[in-house]
Order: sequence, then C-alpha cells, then structure tokens
Amino acid sequence: MKLFTEIKEAVIISLNAIRANKVRSFLATLGIVIGITTVTILQTAIEGINRAFEKSIAAVGADVLYVQKFEWFGKEDWQVYRNRRDIKWNEYEYVLGNLQGAESVCPTVGNVTTVTYQDFSSESIPVFGTTDEYQRTMGLDVAEGRFFTRRESDGGWPVCVIGYDIKDAFFHDINPLGKVIQINGHNFKVIGVYDKMGSMLGLFSLDNRIVVPIKKYFKIFGTRRSLTIHVKAPSVDALDDTKEEVRAVMKRARRIPVGGKDDFGVNQQEAFKQTYESLTGLIKTIGTAITMLSLVVGSIGIANIMFVSVKERTKEIGIRKAIGAKRPTILLQFLIESITICIVGGMVGLFIAFPLSLIIDAFLLPTAMPLWVVVLALFISALAGVFAGFFPAWTASKLDPVDALRYE
Amino acid sequence: MEEIIKTKDIVKLYIMGVEELYALKAITVTINRNEYVAIMGPSGSGKSTLMNIIGCLDTPTSGHYELNGQSVSEMDDNELAQIRNREIGFVFQTFNLLPRSNALHNVELPLIYSGMSKSKRIELAEDALLKVGLQDRMFHKPNELSGGQRQRVAIARALVNNPSIILADEPTGNLDSKTGDEIMELFDNLHQLGNTIIVVTHEDFIAEHAHRIVKLRDGLIESDVITGKGFKHNSGKTEAQLAN
Repeated sequence: MKLFTEIKEAVIISLNAIRANKVRSFLATLGIVIGITTVTILQTAIEGINRAFEKSIAAVGADVLYVQKFEWFGKEDWQVYRNRRDIKWNEYEYVLGNLQGAESVCPTVGNVTTVTYQDFSSESIPVFGTTDEYQRTMGLDVAEGRFFTRRESDGGWPVCVIGYDIKDAFFHDINPLGKVIQINGHNFKVIGVYDKMGSMLGLFSLDNRIVVPIKKYFKIFGTRRSLTIHVKAPSVDALDDTKEEVRAVMKRARRIPVGGKDDFGVNQQEAFKQTYESLTGLIKTIGTAITMLSLVVGSIGIANIMFVSVKERTKEIGIRKAIGAKRPTILLQFLIESITICIVGGMVGLFIAFPLSLIIDAFLLPTAMPLWVVVLALFISALAGVFAGFFPAWTASKLDPVDALRYE
Repeated sequence: MEEIIKTKDIVKLYIMGVEELYALKAITVTINRNEYVAIMGPSGSGKSTLMNIIGCLDTPTSGHYELNGQSVSEMDDNELAQIRNREIGFVFQTFNLLPRSNALHNVELPLIYSGMSKSKRIELAEDALLKVGLQDRMFHKPNELSGGQRQRVAIARALVNNPSIILADEPTGNLDSKTGDEIMELFDNLHQLGNTIIVVTHEDFIAEHAHRIVKLRDGLIESDVITGKGFKHNSGKTEAQLAN
C-alpha cells in the first residue's frame, strides 16, 4: 500500500517535471526514440520477412525431396556439381519402379523460352515438363480448369497449365481456357490456370511459368537437360527414412557401391530454412548490436539530463527529506522519473515506427508488428530508464538534508 | 511535566581541512511538552546547528539526544527520516514549499511519506489548512499566494502529522512586519492549543512571544530564561488571561 502510494506520487512528480521541461525532455529522449524506432523497425522487418519466407517455402513442400545434380547451398565448389552426370529419364524410371516408401514420384525439366499468343509475345517464360504425378507430388492449387491427365501425360499431348502472371499478361480479362498459345513455335492448348502463389522471397515469381507434359517437352527441347526427380514422402516425419531410401535406390541406378560417394543431391526444404535462418540470424545480431549501441547512447543522454534534474531540484530533495522522505523513496522517485521519460520516448518511437513499417511494407520489404514487438520495445525502454536513472537517483538519495535545504 | 526534548553534552565538530570548528560545545537542554521556546544568538553562535540536530536533520558528533522518549543520536538516515516525519513539523524562513504542487498537495506530502490512505490524507490536509485560515486557497500553487499565505501553508504542513514539536527557523524573516505579526499570532494560537513550539530567531520581538528564551554564544548556552510571557499554566489559561 505504502509502496504503491509512493510509486503513484513519483509518477505524478515525474510527469509534472517532464511537462515543466518539455524541450529538454524531448531532446533527452531523442536517443531513446531513435533507438526504439530502430529496434521496432528491425523486428517488424525480420518478422515480416519470416512470414513471407514461411509462405514462399510452402511452395517447395516440406515433405518433398528433390533429387538433382546440384545440392542446395552445397559446400563444395560449383564446378564439382556441374561436372557430375546428368540425371536422365531412365534413372527416373528406375527410382519410380524401385522406391517403396514414397507417396508419389515425378520428374521435372525446364528452360526459358519464347511464348506467343496471337500478337503478344514474350521471350523469357520458364517452361517445365513433367508428368501427371506432379499435381499429386507438389499439391499446388489449380484455380481454373484442371491439370493434365495420365493419358495426356503419357501421350505427350500439346496441353499446358499456366501460372497466374502468364494469364494476367497474355489474356487480361479473357478466359484463357481452351485458347491455344505457341511455346517455342509449337501449339499448346491452355487447360488450367494456377492460383496466385506470390514470389519466392521477392526474388522470382512463382506465378510466371508454364507446365506441359514432359513427353511433349522432350520432343520440342530434346532430352539432354538434367532432370529433377521429385519424391513426396508419406509424411514430414518419414522424410529422413524416405531420403535414405532414395539415396540407396539412386546409387543402385548409377551402380555406385554401398560405401561410395553420392554423385547427386537429395535436397529438401530444410536446407533452405537452415541457410535462411543463419542469414537472418546474422542480420538480427548485427541489427541488435547497432540498436543496443543507439540505446546506450540514448541512456547516457537521459542519465545526463537526470543529473541536471537532480542538481536543479536539490532544494526540493531537501524539503522532501526534511518532511520524512527516506532514501529509498527519493531513489524511487528519480528512478521512476527516468523510467517514465524512457517509456514515453519508447512510445513515441513506436508511434513513429508503426507508419514507417507500413511504408516499408508497401515499397520495400514485407513487415509485421506483432504485440510482442510492442511489449519488447517498451520493456527495453524501461530497462534503459533504470540503466540511465540509477546513478543520478542514487546521488539524489544520498544528499544530506541540511546541505540540500541550504542549496539555492 | 513531560520531557519532549532532552539533550546531554551535545557536541558538533566540523573539520574543514586541517581546521577544527566546534559549532556546539556540550549543549545540555531539556524542553517540556507545550513549552514555547525561542532559541536566540548572533550568527555563528551555533543556533542553526542546534536546530538541525533538534530537528533530526543532522546528528551530533558526541553527546546524547532523546526526542519523545526515543534515543535519536544513534539513528541512521532512514530512521531519522521517519522520526522527522512523525515527530517534527518544520517551518522555514523561505517557506520551502514545492513550487509545482498546490497548497493541498504540499500539506498532504508528509502524510504520503507516512503511507496514509488518500481519503484520510485529504481529510487531514484540509483540516490543517482550515486551522491556518486557508480553506479557500487549497488549490492555489505557491506562486499564486502571498508570502504570508505561503508561510501559512508551510505551517499547515508542519501541523498535519500532529508532531511532537513544531520547529520554526526565522519564520518571519521573509515577511513584512504586519504579516510577521499575523504569523506569530498563529504560533501563539497553536501553542494555546497544546503544541510544543521552538522558534529560532535573532529578533527580540519574535522571541518575546515565547515563554522561555535560550541564548547561545560560541556554541555554548549563554542564558536560559523563563520570561513567563505567554506561558500556559496547567489550568490551560495564560498569565495574561489569569491577570484579567
């Protein structure tokens, strides 16, 4: 009860003191304001990128293995991977025929080529060839129309499923289903349109592509390109078991002895995540260090102003002591004043950071400001207040009442 | 008679560099409840030092001091703060009010430090302001009050905790003579109501209000005289009243 009364009194005193010295308080808190703005922007940016990443990475599929020549984020020299054998159709067929613990298997191969519809043409559209199993393996949503059937796949029919951006660019408001486009000069009928997926970390669009039956693809572009074999595990938990089996089957397909070294990569989403996390971890560490520095500088500013405040109010401290304020009471009073200044600064920082994060979201990077960032920012402000205020408050509490009363 | 203040051989020594300065040399004095004492002396006589020690703002270098039955000469800072809060009401020459707080809050302050509930605080503070005749100035800040009114607020603040002694240091030093007289009248009234009052002053006409005058010189008591004026007998009436 008594402590509560004292804290309440101290908060009132500090708010009065801040009001009485508006400009000074404003300048003093500037460091904290900047610090909190930075820390909040940093956190909202990281949080936003995290969420965007989670959304992007979903397209890769958490339970899908990618058997490829290359290893994602492999540690060895790029040359080593390039000089490996290409993954060929017969290897895909071997994996398909011998793999036991897989939900589904499909090959993909792709390149960038010219696509034309009537008099509109684009030279750099990614085109992928695959089988009907692709749909089951990747589970991507077809918004309009359908994916191609086994018959269409095995027969190498001239049909295609297009990404959302392709539809947007080539057809605008026209219904693309049933229309015929030219891929590298060959006619293809549009039978499906993918749902909008967005971009992979804002780097390349997942909506800018065309998927065709792989048999037809081979007829147009040849079979010399290395394949990617997609293997869907029965579940995310079974991924490791499936991965081991895929490696074993691939080795047999390539006649590599059991103890021999793989000359292919079995990739999974996890590799993305690890690389991503180590990258954002680094950004986070550097950002936090810079922010901490600005908060320390801000705290020194507050400490400075608190010393001035204590000096100025020596007489007041003397009066309070004379009529019965104990040392801890005076200590608490100035500590709370410092914390109040810092929290007010922190709140100003948040008010600046919020619209700023929206602007960044609109033009630069995805951002998100969850409640915990707000709480964290205010907690850090309070901490800075304690850090900045303790020594001045301690000095105030130690003042001798006789000297303090005599001070003019 | 109940002894409120009992000092024995109080010494206060200030060491300034190599020089030793005895502000007080063995002061022994006893003050009873409901006495009205003036402490007088020229500057440098030690009266301020004695007031600080009696007011528990300072501790003696040696000697013993008992206030209202409690031995305060060995107390630490926080215990002294508590004693000041409960036992002593200060009235200063420069009023020493908090400039940003209104009269009511200034008077309320000692009660905040004693941890009283808000409703009780307001009640007592209003009561104290009523006693000094400032019930219609409660929400004025010090800079909106005259000197005399400020000193009345200070007196209300000194009274509010119902202390054992009221300690006034040159209470009229910053006031014109008419206002000073009014303040001294207020002290006379408070004395009649049963308060123990100690006034530190160097002016004779202030000291005349007291019934006992302690004169200091060079850190020693030069004289300690009961003048009788304003002295209240056990019957509760002053000598003047009795004479009538």
